[in-house]
Amino acid sequence: MSFYKLTHREYFDALKEGRLLGLKCRQCGGYTVPPKACCDGCGGTDTEVAGLSGKGEIKTFTVVRVAPEGLQAPYIVAMAELEEGPWLMGNLLDVDPDRAGMDLIGKKVSVGHRVVQMNYTAGEGVTPVFKIIP
Amino acid sequence: MRKVAVAGVGMTKFGKTDKSLVELFSEAAMEAITESNIRPGDIQALFVGNCLGDFAEGQANIAGFIASELGLPPSVPATRFEGACATASVAIRDAFMWVASGFYDTVLVGGVEKILHMGTPLATRTFAMASDSRYEEFSGLTFPGVFAMLAHMYAHKYGIPLPVLKERMALVAVKNHKNGAKNPLAQFQKEITVETVLNSFMVADPLQLFDCCPFSDGAAALVLTTEEKARKMVQKPVYVLGIGQGSAGSLCRQKDYTVMQSRVASARQAYEMAGVGPGDIDVCELHDCFTIAEIVASECLGFFEFGKGSEALETGETAIGGKIPINPSGGLKAKGHPIGATGAAQAYEIVKQLRGECGDRQVDGARIGMTDTLGGDASTIVNLILGV
Ligand SMILES: [Zn+2]
Repeated sequence: MSFYKLTHREYFDALKEGRLLGLKCRQCGGYTVPPKACCDGCGGTDTEVAGLSGKGEIKTFTVVRVAPEGLQAPYIVAMAELEEGPWLMGNLLDVDPDRAGMDLIGKKVSVGHRVVQMNYTAGEGVTPVFKIIP
Repeated sequence: MRKVAVAGVGMTKFGKTDKSLVELFSEAAMEAITESNIRPGDIQALFVGNCLGDFAEGQANIAGFIASELGLPPSVPATRFEGACATASVAIRDAFMWVASGFYDTVLVGGVEKILHMGTPLATRTFAMASDSRYEEFSGLTFPGVFAMLAHMYAHKYGIPLPVLKERMALVAVKNHKNGAKNPLAQFQKEITVETVLNSFMVADPLQLFDCCPFSDGAAALVLTTEEKARKMVQKPVYVLGIGQGSAGSLCRQKDYTVMQSRVASARQAYEMAGVGPGDIDVCELHDCFTIAEIVASECLGFFEFGKGSEALETGETAIGGKIPINPSGGLKAKGHPIGATGAAQAYEIVKQLRGECGDRQVDGARIGMTDTLGGDASTIVNLILGV
């Protein structure tokens, strides 16, 4: 039996089905997203898989204009704080990179996903994406 | 624990070279060995920092080849270390502990990297491998991107209008290029202006080309030994007074990384071990991979209050002759950043500063110096405090 309640592959598979999963800690009540071996808050391992609201707020962002091999610039990378507390990194969609400015910080967003193929990885990748809630 | 000394140091010129990784490291190493007045046969262990040799040259497992190149006996263990841009500092910290513990007396440690022939797309891809490959690489995050997001977060958190912060960030580049112009081993030995920075192309908003350190080739190495042996080898041994190393996970788990907890913890270890505080540091080589990175590092190390680091660029407190001279070598920005060599090159500069051998860029009367090396998105941080 696996020690893991939620592996990265299971987390990716749920994201692809439109569900943002994480771990909820039975000790401290905190959420850990993306999942890992223990609670990100207290280090405890008494956790359970939990669904998250998939809503958050942009904390910071950048427009990548020089991309790694295999990707096409420009695109926006952002970090959002989820309603449940954890932060998540992903791509901000539906915003023109040339109009991305400081006013993005604090904008409410919903979390979706994007499937990514890159070289030198262990299989298909899935990254969260953010869309601004009008 | 025994007191550990740096006997000799060596460094190649940073910039583009046709030499191989093994040749680059060996060039720096031979200089360090010669400066120490010893022979390769006196080395008991070799610690090699190298991050991207697998992708750069198709060379994994490089340490043994370097041992052979240098003519070290078959009994000498040679080990490769990796901690992204902090690679060489991780190796130095480990080498220090082996000498301090009494297991070895004299060791050779350093780092090497060769990037420029890879081209920007592959180099950018391989650098990005130092961030979380499960959860963050797939967003297309790049290293300029990590620090670009940091700059936006910093401006928002401290209420500094972005154009004001950008101008202060540009002053980091201006200062470090001014210092680099006085360093014959620097990749860029040319002064620039604020306009140079603000007119350069955008790499990752709000970081422009001249907010970023370059891709570089180069190597640096040190001979570490006991206090007793160092006194016999050289006129001016420099001592390792304190070491620290901290760790962190994915950027999203660090949340507000304007205060890098791994760096604060690492610096605290080094200060406590050395029995000194930020006010005692006469000269510092810190990790200015991007202009904003220098500002944030200068706060985490305790030289300035959080949120106040950028103001120091306007007052000149971090220039040579200021309150706390930062990156007199030119830093990663102007000296160059061959990532696996950077920590050793920082230590090289501090050793030279403490010996008073830095010519036009000498910090007068420097007796205690510090290095700060950041690997990945703060997942590995190492600090060294050296003194005479
Ligand atoms: Zn917990």
